[in-house]
Amino acid sequence: MATEILMPALSPTMTEGTLAKWLVKEGDTVSAGDLIAEIETDKATMELEAVDEGTVGKLLVAEGTEGVDVNVPIAIVLDEGESADDIELPAAAPPAPAEETSSESASEPEAAPRPAAPKPVMDADEPDTGETVELTVREGLRDAMAEEMRKDEAVFLMGEEVAEYQGAYKVSQGLLEEFSGKRVIDTPITEQGFAGLGVGAAFGNLKPIIEFMTFNFAMQAIDQIINSAAKTLYMSGGQMGCSIVFRGPNGAASRVGAQHSQCYGAWYAHIPGHKVVAPWSGADAKGLLKAAIRDPNPVIVLENELLYGSKFDVPVSDDYVVPIGKAKIEREGTDVTITAFTIMVGKALEAAERLAEDGISAEVINLRSLRPLDTETIIKSVQKTNRCVSCEEGFPFSGIGAEISAQIMENAFDWLDAPVARITGVDVPMPYAANLEKLALPQVEHIVEAAKAACYRG
Amino acid sequence: MAARKSATAKSSASKSKTKKSAKSASRASTDKEPTVDQQVQFYKDMLLIRRFEERAGQLYGMGLIGGFCHLYIGQEAVVVGLQANVIDADTLITTYRDHGHMLASGMDPKGVMAELTGRIDGYSRGKGGSMHMFSREKGFFGGHGIVGASVPIGTGLSFAHKYNEDGGVNFCYFGDGATNQGQVYEAFNMAALWKLPVIYVIENNKYGMGTSIERASASTDLHRRGSAYGIPGWVVDGMDVAAVYKAGQEAVEYVRGGNGPLILEMKTYRYRGHSMSDPAKYRSKEELAKMRGEHDPIDRLRLKLVAENVLDEDGFKEMDKAIKARVTESAEFAQNSPEPDPSELFTDVLRDVA
Repeated sequence: MATEILMPALSPTMTEGTLAKWLVKEGDTVSAGDLIAEIETDKATMELEAVDEGTVGKLLVAEGTEGVDVNVPIAIVLDEGESADDIELPAAAPPAPAEETSSESASEPEAAPRPAAPKPVMDADEPDTGETVELTVREGLRDAMAEEMRKDEAVFLMGEEVAEYQGAYKVSQGLLEEFSGKRVIDTPITEQGFAGLGVGAAFGNLKPIIEFMTFNFAMQAIDQIINSAAKTLYMSGGQMGCSIVFRGPNGAASRVGAQHSQCYGAWYAHIPGHKVVAPWSGADAKGLLKAAIRDPNPVIVLENELLYGSKFDVPVSDDYVVPIGKAKIEREGTDVTITAFTIMVGKALEAAERLAEDGISAEVINLRSLRPLDTETIIKSVQKTNRCVSCEEGFPFSGIGAEISAQIMENAFDWLDAPVARITGVDVPMPYAANLEKLALPQVEHIVEAAKAACYRG
Repeated sequence: MAARKSATAKSSASKSKTKKSAKSASRASTDKEPTVDQQVQFYKDMLLIRRFEERAGQLYGMGLIGGFCHLYIGQEAVVVGLQANVIDADTLITTYRDHGHMLASGMDPKGVMAELTGRIDGYSRGKGGSMHMFSREKGFFGGHGIVGASVPIGTGLSFAHKYNEDGGVNFCYFGDGATNQGQVYEAFNMAALWKLPVIYVIENNKYGMGTSIERASASTDLHRRGSAYGIPGWVVDGMDVAAVYKAGQEAVEYVRGGNGPLILEMKTYRYRGHSMSDPAKYRSKEELAKMRGEHDPIDRLRLKLVAENVLDEDGFKEMDKAIKARVTESAEFAQNSPEPDPSELFTDVLRDVA
């Protein structure tokens, strides 16, 4: 029986990959463990091994093909006695990934919907985007660092796997080559140590970018982030400024369980003495990270792993900097306000699209910054729509939504026509099972339902 | 207090010493004895710290200083002897028993005392208190309240020295109690890996709060705590200011020479409790009496200077009087300085974006 070799999923977030190179040709015999191809994933170039022995009957995907979906057949291996001529080529449509798997969350990066025809939003604070180029979020982040490092010798990047490995999530690709090991520094696995070292370097007037492989690991370092970085300016009566960026992926990735899936937005936003930003689009990522690096204060940049591969139009200009503390109205509407940050912005926009089909006009606010929170933009919007749905991936208790609800109650109580609704992750540690993980995360339909309920519809 | 110099002082007479090893990581024999002038300065510097701390204790008792207040009495020789080796580019960081380090860094006793009383003329405008004071001008980077946390920060300052190639060294002081914190070893590893210019000064006063080192540490040879990372460590009599000064000379030479970090274990003793509210019942009166009676760094130096006819009793009296006056002045200043204006509550949270 001929065996199909399928495009493998080689990382938790991989949905497609590039068939970089075939290491075998048709007619070769292979044994289990032989290398047969090089596959480029969203994180790295990996080698694919044969699982069974046989003869390579047919290579179905040409070398260099990009965007090969996971689970698509890429080659056929023949058993003894079979001939390549006997092969029935698979139907043109490759088998879709099983519905039960977390296809929704796994395909989120590319699925992150863009507003079909977003109305131009006039906002004086919104920086001029100028010429744009289509880039992934990870490239936007890399460009932000590279541009600021070119401008300022004091800026350096430090973290696990940032240099020679080119970033655990390929965010720092090419930086070591351009800026040398003096400014792009691989650390040991020692979060508390290198976070504290970064704070000391910042006290010494350098401008460190400290990358955490994920913010889950930053919990090891949270004393240095809060007690040392955020509080020292105040404790020193203004002497000990600390210009430092702590950045890395935050929130749920995909199928990595409770210790690796958590949103720390509310944790850091709680603390005075630093700023917290959470980019969604490529422009957000580039513009906010540049603002963070230039800021004379500690800034926490909460990225999202699932968005790293998403493509957006990103401003080319070196001067494109998104002001910290300003939200962006991604879509104008009149019936209900939906606030969201980072990956939830995409879901909110998709919800708004569905709501529009039902005749409900939703205004979607991309918060961009969690501290300072742009309450002015939220309040103005609520005064127009009289309703609000707050969206976040984090836990409900003491979350960003709780803060937004309180702000609206304090500042726009008389404008409210319905209670503020909170869409959040559920109040449990993140489960591993695909179906449970999906149930634990806020989905588009939850936002749609909450918005309809706020409008007393449906 | 003239602590920061651009070069170490000249030697007067070099004693012959035993050569231990040719390896640079071992202590060499080239260190110079402090000059007579330096010794007199050491005496003044140590006495200022002691009188200052005694007065701080008094003000605490009067309710003028609040919260935690950790006195440095007994340990004066450590910081005074080491600071005599500092150049302008160097930086210093320590934990919460920090008043002595500030004075030895050349910070104004008035500003330190006013911070202790929580007044606007304090180094942190009254917003830091005993454990959180800083002076960029004097190279003093705190004053940190979380045990162990200042060690990675000091290591980061040394990273900046190396990055900027400014020739500076970080003097990173911490106690025996901090040596069981994990992040200390995270810092040791990186400092050794990247050959950072940092001197880790372990002030071993035998007690981490109320727990003796024997009850807290599986190995009490703290100078060997860097051995897993190849960091050399020396033991120094921290109750002998000349010994500290000489060890500092060698340490600075080693570290400034690009050899990476070094550990100095200073055997010392605090006379007072851990903080003002600690009666120190975990140790015997005899132990304390023995240290005070036989090893007091100030008394020892005084006896030596008298024996060498450097100063007579009148000379000492005059010096004591001048120091006492300085401390009294700082205490008065600290009581007369106003409390911070309520508007100060909301300043210094963030710096303005340019």
